Amino acid sequence: MMQFLDPRRDEPVRIRSLPGLMQIGRRGLLGAGAAGLLLGAGGKAFCQLAVDITQGVVEPIPIAISPFAAGGGQGATLAGQIPDVISANLDGSGLFRTIDRQAYIQGPEELRGMPRFADWRQINAQALVSGVVEETPGGIGVEFRLWDVLGGQQMTGLRIDAPAASWRRIAHRISDAIYERITGEKGYFDTRIVYVSETGPKAKRITRIALMDQDGANHRFLTDGRELTFGPRFSPDGRRVAYLLYRGMRPRVYMRDIEGGREQVLIDTPRMNFAPRFSPDGQTALVTVNEDGDFNIVAVDLATRQQRRITSGGGISTSPSFSPDGRRIVFNSDRSGRPHLFVTGAQGGPAERISYGDGQYGSPAWSPRGDLIAFVNIKQRYFHIGVMRPDGSDERLITRSWQDEAPTWAPNGRVVIFQRTEPGGTTKRLYAIDVSGYNERLVPTPLDASDPDWSGLLP
Amino acid sequence: MVAVTALAVVRPRAMNCRGAKSSWELPMKLTLLPVAATALLLAACSSTPSSDETSGAGGMTTSDASSLTSGPVAGSQADLEQNVGDRVYFGFDSSTLDETARSTLQRQATWLQQFPSVSATVEGHTDERGTREYNLALGERRASAAARYLSSLGVPESRLMTISYGKDRPADPGSSEEAWALNRRAVTVINATN
Repeated sequence: MMQFLDPRRDEPVRIRSLPGLMQIGRRGLLGAGAAGLLLGAGGKAFCQLAVDITQGVVEPIPIAISPFAAGGGQGATLAGQIPDVISANLDGSGLFRTIDRQAYIQGPEELRGMPRFADWRQINAQALVSGVVEETPGGIGVEFRLWDVLGGQQMTGLRIDAPAASWRRIAHRISDAIYERITGEKGYFDTRIVYVSETGPKAKRITRIALMDQDGANHRFLTDGRELTFGPRFSPDGRRVAYLLYRGMRPRVYMRDIEGGREQVLIDTPRMNFAPRFSPDGQTALVTVNEDGDFNIVAVDLATRQQRRITSGGGISTSPSFSPDGRRIVFNSDRSGRPHLFVTGAQGGPAERISYGDGQYGSPAWSPRGDLIAFVNIKQRYFHIGVMRPDGSDERLITRSWQDEAPTWAPNGRVVIFQRTEPGGTTKRLYAIDVSGYNERLVPTPLDASDPDWSGLLP
Repeated sequence: MVAVTALAVVRPRAMNCRGAKSSWELPMKLTLLPVAATALLLAACSSTPSSDETSGAGGMTTSDASSLTSGPVAGSQADLEQNVGDRVYFGFDSSTLDETARSTLQRQATWLQQFPSVSATVEGHTDERGTREYNLALGERRASAAARYLSSLGVPESRLMTISYGKDRPADPGSSEEAWALNRRAVTVINATN
């Protein structure tokens, strides 16, 4: 049994796997024993339904997501809402296409047992999600099962017990389980996004740090807009945020706990510092510090606040990003003329230039998988989001617009979120795109939005 | 059983579009109005301070209605703007002070020495054609270049602060080459006196 804490409430949520349902004999070809063997194993070896998302464009898998069965009361509402959230997540990924519920033949109550797979094959479903919601003394218990319709077997099943208020997180955990079972990659649905919310005219923007679930739900502001603020970043555990704040005419990096924390300056210096990034182990933060008009990256030990220099010399070095193993840092520097990308060790030292294309490069972001670095490339009047390997090879541009910038990664390294500014420079929106360059989609925000950062999977 | 078809990778449409080199990447030749004329023009736009940069500073001395007839109060922001020139401009991705910038700063230095109780913040800005973080650095580098030059001309460092707003406080909200040239700037703003 796994246990995790809801960071919003610190209430326990319990998750355990469900064994396969036993076949009760009257289903045609398979006897009970054989079915038990097949289903109980939940084994990959038997499973036919799988998709390799590393291959670029994939035809979305038609999936039926049934309303869940419910005992009544609060469960009845959630029995419709939880599948809705799952559908929105899976459809948004571009890898799935939810089949219209109107077409479903078998009802939720009947789906407490084995599905009639023939009914689901008839509407061309390749996968089926069924579930049950029941009220419990501690809140709700949700069981869900993912079925391979053509293979006629359960692929995975989970029971999640949690406070009813955490129902969206339950839906996200189920979505992650489905995504992972079918793609073989971790999901990214039980996550949050922190970003800069912007309002007002271009020359007098008001900016606030905002936080929301990955799908835009539970939106709230962390700062009040009285002071200009940019560039928020999550700590690896998702509990803290660091950002640039213009307080008292001194733009510096501040840090706070998301829940009830008070803002605290990262380093006690009057010098401008900005562009905070946490190390993967959460023990260090990188910041860019003004040294008389030159800018260098400094590592700050979060326990002792001792500083260690990562880059040195004249010019501008900023926008660092750690490799997921914490051993290397990619950053942006104009040391060779125009702004380009460089890689150095986590302790600093010699830096190797990795970008050699036309135009300017900026905002490198190392994928959590370690295999790619996302970046901004500005040339020919367009801003592009691109990806390259950490040695600079295999560069590909995956977006183009008047102004695309600030890429960061979903925790599974398959999706990049970035900021798109419409021509004219005031309308700013967040977009997500698969690393393949497909399935570009708007990430809805209530106001203009910039500088997104994607949390890891919530603990 | 289930047939999942993975199609071959199609190249994203943005790739391989190598057109003519864009003009903004080339060394720019923009004709800027002489500083005094620019200042007049800006002042003419509005009777309130025309620059947007005061937001953070909380401190430009504004000329009130009566001063419209008598001219700006000596030692005020309006005085600096109209009679000296409060800003200098930079080339694309550059923090180098050109001859025009240096002569404006020389006048600023003389003016600041006339009013020894005045302290100022040099605000550095960029155009919007870059990333936010790089531009925060570039803006500060421009402010520092201007402030260093002022102090080399005898303005005590203790009277000068710098701050960068990067690309997020444009003077001209437009998105033309002309607007971008006006936004690549360092503006000297008189600090409020308490």
